[in-house]
Amino acid sequence: MMRASDTSRRGPLVAFMVKEVQHILRDRQTLTILILMPLLQVLLFGYALRTDIQDIRVAVVDPSPDYATLAFRNRLGATDRFRIVDVLPDASRLETLFRRNEADVGVELAPRFGTRLARGEPAGIQLIADASDPNGGTTMAAYVNAVIDDFAAQMGASRGAVHIALDTRMRFNPTLASVNLFVPGLIALVITLVSALMTAISLSREKERGTLESLLVSPLRPWQIIVGKVLPYLALGLTIVLLVLAAAWVVFRVPFRGSLALLLGEALLYTLVSLALGVLIAARTSSQRSAMLGALVGTMMPNALLSGMIFPIASMPAWLRLVTYIVPARWFIVIARGVMLEGVGVANLWVETAVLVLMTVVLLVAAVRSFDARLA
Amino acid sequence: MTQPPNDEPAIRVHELTRRFGSFTAVRAISFEVARGEVFGFLGANGAGKTTAIKMLTGLLLPTSGDARVAGFDVYRETESIRRHIGYMSQRFSLYEDLTVRENIEFYGGIYGLSDERIATRSTELIEGLGLREARNTLVASIPLGWKQKLAFSVAVIHDPAVVFLDEPTSGVDPITRRQFWEMIYTAAARGITVFVTTHYMDEAEYCDRVSIMVDGGIAALGTPSELKRQYGVGAIDDVFVRLARPAA
Amino acid sequence: MRTLRFLLRKEYRQIVRDRMMLAQILIMPVIQLLLLANAATFEVTRARLYTVDLDHTVTSRALIDRLVSSGRFELAGSSASMALADAAMLDRRAGVIARIPRDFERDLMRVDAAPVQLILDAKDGAAAAVTRSYANAIVTDYAAELGAARAGGEALALGAPAVAMPHVEVRSRAWYNPELDYQDYMVPGILVELITIAGTLLTAVNITREKEIGTLDQLNVTPVTRAQFIAGKLIPLWSIALIEFGVGLAVAAVVFHVPMRGSVALVVGVAAVYLVAALGIGLWVSTIAGTQQQAMFITFFLMLIYLLMSGLFTPLRSMPAWAQWIAHLNPVMYFVRIMRDVLMKGAGPSDIAPDVGILIVYGAVVFTLAVRQYAKRSA
Repeated sequence: MMRASDTSRRGPLVAFMVKEVQHILRDRQTLTILILMPLLQVLLFGYALRTDIQDIRVAVVDPSPDYATLAFRNRLGATDRFRIVDVLPDASRLETLFRRNEADVGVELAPRFGTRLARGEPAGIQLIADASDPNGGTTMAAYVNAVIDDFAAQMGASRGAVHIALDTRMRFNPTLASVNLFVPGLIALVITLVSALMTAISLSREKERGTLESLLVSPLRPWQIIVGKVLPYLALGLTIVLLVLAAAWVVFRVPFRGSLALLLGEALLYTLVSLALGVLIAARTSSQRSAMLGALVGTMMPNALLSGMIFPIASMPAWLRLVTYIVPARWFIVIARGVMLEGVGVANLWVETAVLVLMTVVLLVAAVRSFDARLA
Repeated sequence: MTQPPNDEPAIRVHELTRRFGSFTAVRAISFEVARGEVFGFLGANGAGKTTAIKMLTGLLLPTSGDARVAGFDVYRETESIRRHIGYMSQRFSLYEDLTVRENIEFYGGIYGLSDERIATRSTELIEGLGLREARNTLVASIPLGWKQKLAFSVAVIHDPAVVFLDEPTSGVDPITRRQFWEMIYTAAARGITVFVTTHYMDEAEYCDRVSIMVDGGIAALGTPSELKRQYGVGAIDDVFVRLARPAA
Repeated sequence: MRTLRFLLRKEYRQIVRDRMMLAQILIMPVIQLLLLANAATFEVTRARLYTVDLDHTVTSRALIDRLVSSGRFELAGSSASMALADAAMLDRRAGVIARIPRDFERDLMRVDAAPVQLILDAKDGAAAAVTRSYANAIVTDYAAELGAARAGGEALALGAPAVAMPHVEVRSRAWYNPELDYQDYMVPGILVELITIAGTLLTAVNITREKEIGTLDQLNVTPVTRAQFIAGKLIPLWSIALIEFGVGLAVAAVVFHVPMRGSVALVVGVAAVYLVAALGIGLWVSTIAGTQQQAMFITFFLMLIYLLMSGLFTPLRSMPAWAQWIAHLNPVMYFVRIMRDVLMKGAGPSDIAPDVGILIVYGAVVFTLAVRQYAKRSA
């Protein structure tokens, strides 16, 4: 026989969740953006954002053109990687070209270059790279050096008598596609956006409007309110994650070497952490605007900056690296990258998983407690 | 006192219509409001009251029909209309994070009052409302009833020809409501035409004339006594119920 | 103009009283800058190197030594087993494996050439490419050293002057950033990002809030004109964003020692122009958002595209042609470029004139469109 308390618990909760879902679905603008934004990011990172440098603009300073310098210039211009934008008689205009962003690299050939070569005198080449972007500068210099090597070989000149052939292999990501690295971070971002940010805003909006109080005097218990609020966003978040994964796979063949079930499981865990954070923020703030700000600062910013999603943690100064340990996204991204790009299993990831579990428990308890306290 | 240039009524509406796609919110309403009249604009929610007001205040262009407010045409002369009317919206729209005095100064300023005039009116208003103690308090901190009265005063700070009040007494106790209506009478006595919407039917009794909108059209128009006699009832409430029933 | 004065007075009063906004203006940028400037680096610090030296000769050990002492590589382990090296890489203990085959030294002696295998963990493709460049440079230098020593030695051995062989001498210079300090490169760009987001977001949310609360309607029935309202809103927000920029610049100079080789006044002037466009976009967002939450999300969406396609994080020149074309429609791109050119390279007004011109046009167009879109009639 069904007890009266049974029906009173199941009914209102479901009704509450239905209302939440309707609410989400009706805000078409936000929904569209939530779905489009990550998809667009995937597209951008897959198609547009690269780090390999193409079309390097070279300004050649050739004070005394001769057969050798012409051969060199031809070599430079022959590849797609370089484009000779100017040939100057001296180096005086070089700086202007750099300042106006019209050249990336300057190659200064010594006077009487060909003669010197023939006579066995040192024939100097000065290579000036615009190193404002340090990585770009380094890479461009390396490319020019490679051309110089080829040129030297062609001229029968040496750069040294000995040649060590460096055979490099790029593992896990042979095409150096940045999208592979980025997609795990994107998943984390989407989850944070939906689970932390939106939940926080939605809860605080109800608080502001006063509808939260009417909820509290209904048969629903506080934990049920939280669950009812949170479940639709959880579903929404996971749906978008699946969409992103599908897009990444279909468009870019982003590898998925590990177990989908494992990834989804960990994603679920991370979602719980974010949800708890969102609830905590909503409970602790007094207006929609401050909830927004709090969620931005407390979840989105660390997620974007300190999780290793865009900027490698290894490059950060030591003190900042310590700070990243408390960013939940950081742990999830390691897991996601491991599963997607390396195909490892839980055995390799148990530390990170344990950390996430710990964070979930701590934050959930804190969230429920502060929610109860607010209303007691 | 800014008045229409000639002897025109304060508001003249003729076959005013507004459609939103296939839905007609306001259908061919016609009425006139004389100067200094207190005109009650009643109707159920969704009957078209807000849309009508928006057209009269220049917030919305009519689909068809004519209307003149304070002697100016709603199609072509909305800038002039705005200078000659006042408006108090449902949400009061005083700036909560400005003080009483700052709100008065602000609205005085944007209605083009000179600095001296602003100072004079400011003192008048503050003393008149008994807000001297609170003049440097943030509006957020003063009680609801005072906010309403302040909002009304600010709406007429520039002595407009017509003042539009959109549900001005919502959520306030009966005593404050009476005080508010006394302010309305004072303004009307000064020659300001008051166009007020309300769903408190007892307030309809306070008006010189009322109109009742049902389903986008005007179903009744006249003084409270006329209407009560016409429908053979004792209160405007019942007139309203009689009219609304057939539509239900 | 008198009306404008009253509008401005109201706005500034509200801003000063809005503690959250004040915090946002003064504290947030500083925190963000500090965090971002430290976090936002793609600088490849020492890669963890695992060596598999199957040769065990002076030469092979010297090569490893060169790699490690360059400061670019850190020895994470060594063994004779590739399986162990592999495990180290899977465990993320090593990011690079260098395998020197048997007969390395012998081959170098006999045929002047020998291979070395390098395996890089390329999950972070960009970092791997840079690491590869470093390794290349070190190995090439080492080979040249060996060759020079050989030539010298042979000459001595033969007791005759070395045959004059044609040879090329290369010197490399890194201009504008000889220390290869990533912060110098990123901080100017980060500043742009900060004020862009701040300016656009503040504008979008602020105006949408008035819409949400209803004060907008109240103003719509007053004699305040469209232009006056917009000016009254945008001027204070513009001044705030500019102040933020100034604060950010100061932090950049004092805390991060970012070079200020060009004119700071010039940069601030350009910022003033740029912000017109940024705020215009915020205004436009406020016309299509119904709630503050929507305003926030739409702004983020737009900012995302703008920032990613601006050359701020990834080099503009690496993008495919069509993407670069799009980037040329992006005001952020121009401002970032101007910032870097002026601060790092000391560019002057004549150098950046074309870019500034484009920003001016952009600002005018965006602003006009936004104003037009902003209908006074609340439908």
